Amino acid sequence: MIAVENLTLAQGTFCLHDLSFRVPTKSYAVLMGRTGCGKTTALEAIAGLRPIQAGRIRLNEIDVTDVPAWKRGVGYVPQDAALFRSMTVEQHLGFALTLRKHPQSEIQKRVEQLAGWLQIQPLLHRSVEGLSGGEAQRVALGRALSFRPSVMLLDEPLSSLDDATREPLIDILSRLPDEHGVTVLHVTHNRSEAERLATVMLRMENGAITAV
Amino acid sequence: MKHWSRFHFLLGLIGSLYVLLIIALLAADLLHTSPGRIWEALTSREIRGSIRLSLLSSGISTIFAMWIAVPLGYFLARVPFRGRALVETIVDIPIVLPPLIVGLSLLILFQSSLGRAFQQVAPVTYRIPAVILAQFAVVTAFAVRTMRDTFSQITPRAEHVAMTLGCTPSQAFWHVALPEAKRGLIAAATLSWARAIGEFGPVLVFAGITRMRTEVMPSTVFLELSQNRMDAALAVSLLMVAIAAIVLLVARRIGATTGVYR
Repeated sequence: MIAVENLTLAQGTFCLHDLSFRVPTKSYAVLMGRTGCGKTTALEAIAGLRPIQAGRIRLNEIDVTDVPAWKRGVGYVPQDAALFRSMTVEQHLGFALTLRKHPQSEIQKRVEQLAGWLQIQPLLHRSVEGLSGGEAQRVALGRALSFRPSVMLLDEPLSSLDDATREPLIDILSRLPDEHGVTVLHVTHNRSEAERLATVMLRMENGAITAV
Repeated sequence: MKHWSRFHFLLGLIGSLYVLLIIALLAADLLHTSPGRIWEALTSREIRGSIRLSLLSSGISTIFAMWIAVPLGYFLARVPFRGRALVETIVDIPIVLPPLIVGLSLLILFQSSLGRAFQQVAPVTYRIPAVILAQFAVVTAFAVRTMRDTFSQITPRAEHVAMTLGCTPSQAFWHVALPEAKRGLIAAATLSWARAIGEFGPVLVFAGITRMRTEVMPSTVFLELSQNRMDAALAVSLLMVAIAAIVLLVARRIGATTGVYR
């Protein structure tokens, strides 16, 4: 469950004021709105990457407002994937578990499981330089899922992909709540993408979020 | 482009004047001596001592410079704070200041009451630590600028993602930002080292030139020239040219295209 209550934050001249919405557990929420309306800012605030001025953020009924990003346990996939150029695909998938000092055998098992699910086994030993847009997004998704978060935040993960690459990735994303037990908040401005994925549709307009 | 226009030809012609000047300088150096005379000069005890001290002091000053440049460069690139422009200006001062002034300022600092108190415990002036400190004072500014530009060119988004994966800010730095800055790091260290080897003004003022004690390669060139021993001065100069050429090749090879060395 994701609950944002009276969130207020300002960055430069941009400001979000008194924003509230709720995403039920294991649902796939799509947040729509015009470019520049603050969707990404709200997502980053939930991830703990932006300081907020007022309001509360609760994940699974736990108040995480004052919890730093590295302790929130939220899976985050940015628009540009933001892969680590010094790591291989395999290292990406194992990174969060290595940080948590999981046994190597367990990490290996999880990497293979995710690579199979995302169909990126042939890429495991490759550097991320030269991956296609779709491949990079799959790696970013696997990296975010690797430590089994209960909440996933996806920031326009399909926006830079062509139709042929987008279709299989939509299929993968649609299976996230059922197969990984996560609550998803997906930001996009693409209506058809939203209609295919959303179990909860949210719209951001004039600094307020309404359920559609 | 297969065919040059008259304009491009003119640009090439103007540019080639400078390239030819550098080639002429190097050729004149080489033709003025012979391999035998260079070798003879390089085997002298004093010159070998100065080469040894140059390599040692520039290596140490580069290590110290990088210890400052990496955290400070990262801090300046990532952390917004009031007065950042002022801090950046202060850090850049040794880049624009004549090196001789840096040496003079160091000398005055270490002759102040605070400096004298420090030297009661650890003598610096006119000793090897003065050579290292003089080189460090100048090259650190260049290293900081290179590292700041390197980190500025790396998007912080990867570090943000790393934090959502469980990295503290310091883990995000060690696991993500620093490996991505590897090329800039190597470039900053290589070029700082080369710059340190070539420092003369601050070393002359702050450490003096005492044979077999505080004499580094540029000091040797100055000493030998002042005693009218052109062969020895030329031998050390050519060695420094060779070092500079190797460093530039290494820097180019690793794609160092950041900051002041661009």
